[in-house]
Amino acid sequence: MALDEYRPQEGDEAYEGPREFRQVGTRPDRPDGFDKVTGRARFGADMYAPGMLHAAILRSPHAHARIVRLDTSKAEALEGVKAVVTRADFSKNVIFAPGTVGEFWNILENIMAGEKALYDGHAVAAVAATTPLIARDALKLIEVEYEILPHVTDVDEAMKPGAPVIREGAADRSVPEGMHPNVVRYHESGHGDVEAGFAEADLVIEDHFTTEATHQGYIEPHACLGTLGADGKGELWCCTQGHWYVQKVCAALLDLETANLRVTASEIGGGFGGKTTVFIEPVALALSRKAGRPVKLVMSRAEVFRATGPTASASMDIRIGMKKDGTITAAQGTFRLQGGAFPGAPMEFTAMCAFACYDLRHVRQVGYDVMTNRPKQAAYRAPGSPMAAFAVESVIDELCNRLGLDPIEVRLKNAAREGTKASYGPTYPRIGLVETLEAARAHPHYAAPLKPGQGRGISCGFWFNYGGETSVSLALSEDGSAQVMVGTPDIGGSRASMALMAAEVLGIPYENIRVTVADTGSLGYNEISHGSRVTYASGLATIKAARDAVRKLRQRAADKWGIDVEAVDWVDGCAVPSGPNAGDFDPLPLAEITKTMGATGGPISGHFEATPEGAGVSFATHIVDAEVDRETGKTRVVRYTVVQDAGKAIHPTYVEGQFQGGAAQGIGWALNEEYIYGEDGRLQNPGFLDYRIPVASDLPMIDTVIVEVPNPGHPFGVRGVGETSICPPLAAIANAVSNAAGVRLRDLPMRPSRILDELEKQRDDA
Amino acid sequence: MTKIHVTARINGDEVEFLCDPRETMLDVLRDRLGLIGAKEGCGTGDCGACSITLDGRLVCSCLMLGVEAEGREIGTVEGIAEGENLHPLQRKFIEHAALQCGFCTPGILVAAKNLLERNPDPSEEEVRYWLAGNLCRCTGYDKIIRAVLDAAAEMREAS
Repeated sequence: MALDEYRPQEGDEAYEGPREFRQVGTRPDRPDGFDKVTGRARFGADMYAPGMLHAAILRSPHAHARIVRLDTSKAEALEGVKAVVTRADFSKNVIFAPGTVGEFWNILENIMAGEKALYDGHAVAAVAATTPLIARDALKLIEVEYEILPHVTDVDEAMKPGAPVIREGAADRSVPEGMHPNVVRYHESGHGDVEAGFAEADLVIEDHFTTEATHQGYIEPHACLGTLGADGKGELWCCTQGHWYVQKVCAALLDLETANLRVTASEIGGGFGGKTTVFIEPVALALSRKAGRPVKLVMSRAEVFRATGPTASASMDIRIGMKKDGTITAAQGTFRLQGGAFPGAPMEFTAMCAFACYDLRHVRQVGYDVMTNRPKQAAYRAPGSPMAAFAVESVIDELCNRLGLDPIEVRLKNAAREGTKASYGPTYPRIGLVETLEAARAHPHYAAPLKPGQGRGISCGFWFNYGGETSVSLALSEDGSAQVMVGTPDIGGSRASMALMAAEVLGIPYENIRVTVADTGSLGYNEISHGSRVTYASGLATIKAARDAVRKLRQRAADKWGIDVEAVDWVDGCAVPSGPNAGDFDPLPLAEITKTMGATGGPISGHFEATPEGAGVSFATHIVDAEVDRETGKTRVVRYTVVQDAGKAIHPTYVEGQFQGGAAQGIGWALNEEYIYGEDGRLQNPGFLDYRIPVASDLPMIDTVIVEVPNPGHPFGVRGVGETSICPPLAAIANAVSNAAGVRLRDLPMRPSRILDELEKQRDDA
Repeated sequence: MTKIHVTARINGDEVEFLCDPRETMLDVLRDRLGLIGAKEGCGTGDCGACSITLDGRLVCSCLMLGVEAEGREIGTVEGIAEGENLHPLQRKFIEHAALQCGFCTPGILVAAKNLLERNPDPSEEEVRYWLAGNLCRCTGYDKIIRAVLDAAAEMREAS
């Protein structure tokens, strides 16, 4: 065996050109399907440990209040209660810093209140007891004296002089002087001279838009089971999109050495960005350390709504100028996002995504991150982008209507292409927006007749996509099967995609590969499953790890044949002699090499560790038909088509699933979903009855078209597909409503009462 | 609080358990009997992830008390397959990729099976309204509806 086997592999990310795939692009059954249809799959709340305690969290009923006195003694005295924790039981070494620099402090302050409760639902204490019922009873015995403070929950109100200050000193240096202390971060970008551009326009439309906070709405509430000893060593089982991140945060908040906490990701019952967070895990571990027993902590649905990540709400001003021929001459946007009682609302993404679909000479965008007395916002599928698309694509539609232009032709005329300087700075490599628009124009849906009362809406959408730190390990078994260890939790069928890519490279059947989401003790660091990065980055790493194993397999064949490794090819799962040695030896199948690997140099594995940076940006065009009931104000989506660029669809069925799921969430955001706060600053609808996500009878079938414009930054051309699909629906539906009923809704959701108000104004105007 | 002794039949097997009168059937299934297939998504009967059958009727086990199971017949997702043979609905859910995260899947399978026992030839609209009490946040329901209709067609052909 040559030492050469262990030289690090080059981390080339370049697209390798079109090829015929054997396995990639097929639609096999997912490897975890059997477990998930039989009830065997284990999610966050499905783990039990000997001697396990059950925990519950006491939460503030006030939007903003100073905690004057907190007495847990009666709860501690209740029979069956084994531990109570408050902020005093967490690290004192986590330092406050302005903006998002002090993110660990922000997380600590969010998961257990310090001096003040900052929103309705903010945690103030937690209990572990022998049964869930005793834990709940114990919460009632905790005495908290609050001094109620003035509160603010609306983004525009929170920026006004005299608004209650959530936290002095939270603003970072990006914020211009003279702003209210609740404005904590500021962004501006763009190029050209927008005023000169507006002067060239035949029509300029300027409008104000708002979107409400919506929740990711995963059906599985946050859940974990933690064990932490006084020796500082612990085990944690939890539902998360990123267990290395959970490990890192828990270690910091509890003064542990990171490696001493082993975190295992459970099956995850939906995340959509909302489980890129840490809420309950450090609490369970702190309780466990105090009680000396494993502690299980499961949120109720009301807790999920009150205290976990809704998306930011937004207040936006958009101004766009257009010539009579449809050319956009200039575009400008101001985006104010509230992200709850902490910095971090994704206003820079909103600003940067807003005009990313278009080739613009003059563009400028400004963003404000504003704090209010609401829960800390969390990422939600293309965080920040859908609200921008709602505002911008609504104005473009209005311009098309007033100038009598076709909405797809106008978008094609202005579409960003390879070589376009993006509104947010970089120059695009090969991208697929034009191809999605052309496919939408050619789709039968676009030409289908509409019934009376129906309207059709078009919208485009954009998301960056992401790479990030990634480790993958692949181990071959003696019988020639392969285990692939990835570190990105499978939130939508990614194990099937990884197995397909590994099978493609190794040349063995899909069924002979088992993909496992490894725990933090079994693999190198992996960033969270976010940014649509899994199929791109873990996929790239899987391909590279498989090639690393293939290189070693070729070396073993070369050693056996006594020829140079460069003279050995890998074809259809076999080593074959090539060049001058072609035909000298019979092909050597993978399983023949692994059968004797112990004697020929030891076990054969492949690895890849890197931070891929070639995630290709993603575009989509959606077509929707909506029907507005003029008597009730109810809007019904009657036909929906998603056209999106996937780069290369590894498992097309699960790509379609991402398209459909994003569209459905966008429909909910557009029509039904919103956080409703009362005058008292309390959330009025913390349950699925009053926060209504789309149900089966609300939706039509959702048609999909997968466009494949290869990503130049992935060997097979893969682009992430998870997030972009939620960007177009908000505007597409608003545009359909406008075309159906002649009313332009500028505030989401487009609930019946709002539609009726607009219809009434329409009648008054007539 | 004194616990109550309950005898019930679950997926065909006689089962005995002690439970607190405040405990839900869902908690009994999961925490006392180790039947973790039923999930708690809301605890208020709005999401359907905890769906079971009670004497053949579809119910949310989070809205039922454990003590109410006395003498009753209960069906859960664990009882849908026959030994190693998956029910057609289970096979079609895998085939159509009618699940992404899979958390709502047990409840949807219990509900869909109950529908097909009453109506072997449902229309798309009937499937959509029957499953309106089962929330799925991942799929947009498209592939779920197709899987149920396909399973129904296969079962009609087989019978």
